[in-house]
Amino acid sequence: MEYETVIGLETHVQLKTKSKMFCGCVNLFGSEPNTNVCPVCLGMPGVLPVPNERAMQLTALAGYLLNCEVPGFAKFDRKNYFYPDASKDYQITQFDFPSTTTGHVDFEFGGGIERVRITRAHIEEDVGKSNHFAQHSGVDFNRAGVPLLEIVSEPDLRSADMAYEYLNTLKEILIYGGISDCDMEKGMVRCDVNISVRPVGAEKLGVKVEIKNMNTFSGMRRAINYEVPRQIETLESGGTLVQETRRWDDIAGITESMRTKEQAHDYRYFPEPDIMPLKPDEAWLTEVRSHIVELPLARKHRFVSDYCIPAQDADVFVGNVPLGGFFEKAVEGAKNTKAIANWVINNLQARLIETGTTVDELKFEPAAIRELVGIIDAGTISSKGGQEVFAELFENGGSPVVIVESKGLAQVSESGELVKWCQEAIDSNPGPADDFRNGKENAINFLKGQVMKASRGKANPQVVGETLAKLLKG
Amino acid sequence: MANTDFDIKYVANLARIALTPEEEAKLGHQLGDILGYVKKLEELDVTGVEPMAHAVPLANVLRADEVRPSIPQEAALANAPKQANGLFIVPKIVE
Repeated sequence: MEYETVIGLETHVQLKTKSKMFCGCVNLFGSEPNTNVCPVCLGMPGVLPVPNERAMQLTALAGYLLNCEVPGFAKFDRKNYFYPDASKDYQITQFDFPSTTTGHVDFEFGGGIERVRITRAHIEEDVGKSNHFAQHSGVDFNRAGVPLLEIVSEPDLRSADMAYEYLNTLKEILIYGGISDCDMEKGMVRCDVNISVRPVGAEKLGVKVEIKNMNTFSGMRRAINYEVPRQIETLESGGTLVQETRRWDDIAGITESMRTKEQAHDYRYFPEPDIMPLKPDEAWLTEVRSHIVELPLARKHRFVSDYCIPAQDADVFVGNVPLGGFFEKAVEGAKNTKAIANWVINNLQARLIETGTTVDELKFEPAAIRELVGIIDAGTISSKGGQEVFAELFENGGSPVVIVESKGLAQVSESGELVKWCQEAIDSNPGPADDFRNGKENAINFLKGQVMKASRGKANPQVVGETLAKLLKG
Repeated sequence: MANTDFDIKYVANLARIALTPEEEAKLGHQLGDILGYVKKLEELDVTGVEPMAHAVPLANVLRADEVRPSIPQEAALANAPKQANGLFIVPKIVE
């Protein structure tokens, strides 16, 4: 039987705020354990949490970027469970009235555009970090209370690769919007994966398995690629699947059962009495909307259609926003946009990486690249000369036209000297000259090479070819 | 009137407390009385009353995203039954 894979993701993303969600402790990774803590995030009795306004703005902005609705009413709830990393024995989250609902994410996959529906994106607090030792575990609460956006997708994903692309797109959107740095190394993005399989054509979803707390995208892809065949084999061999939570063991490359539905948590959600509800008004939302940015996919399409550059080039400018911004200024009013893209990607980007500098630190204006391409296209300098001009431009700034003059890089296209070089080449190389006259057209290349050498690369190769042919055919 | 619509063993398990059969009977009875008392609210006619998320009619009580000093590590760990290397030491978490 043919099976279809059905995947939904719950993605947790730490928001880019200065302070934590409900207290003024710094939102910072990598400090000494339990130094960015206070009575609020340690869950001491009697403390009062107050939501961070910036976190609420970023939540609403994320909602808009994910095409969600931002309702006029939202509230916080307590999710009750006992675990050492939850200091209060409950987590403050949003249950029945989340801050954003029903959106979607479009992304490129398999040669087309796919859409994954977003159920909701709600705000909650991160929990502490457990370190496991031989006999004990140790908990650091620096992470507890960091604002965490949970983005829940509908089960619209159909493969590990598709889930991988969705996550990459999500990450790109959140970085674009300044919502999160999405630094995987710092654990800023984690996801829970819901996977089931069903016979192709079936309406009803299969029994769902949840894999918890994946902290790398590649690990998630491997986990799905392990879990799907496991489920299919179980069904094929006449077994039944149970709804359960499984853990991915990245070293062993397998998933293993953590708990089944019978042992499932009963979270006893109830409204958080310490926090007032949220009623975002129009003025507040208008302010948030003023920060909406162009999404990566839209940017890509705009670059391809407005600047007539290949999709791969547009991808570079989507991935590297400052470089894309530089390119947009460089192509203003230019004809040869493709050549400008080539210079920006192949030369400028390479030099920036080599020297560890940023676009902001450049010593020349974007228009200089346009000017450079212009004088190459006009035949004033060769593309090899262009490289020299660019090297000088990158090193010391200035204008390509001025550099060409000061370095004497202009190609010689004028007849006088050029004709002399050509005649000398013919005279000192009678063999190839005769070959050409006898119909061996390639022989001219040798002569051309001699002229280029004599001119130290300054001769315009096209004009050299034409002049040689004229002289030889005499 | 006492409410008996709950499982005292299940509730005790959720609260992570171990009860003897005598305690189960005693606490079950007391909890039933409390729930029965609260159930009185159901007698109220709330037709036309909008559900509310909080008893106080306030919304959008937020704070600016400003960092304030945290407490020293020693203070954070002061009440920890066990600590090492700045961490709260807990029984090994096995799940």
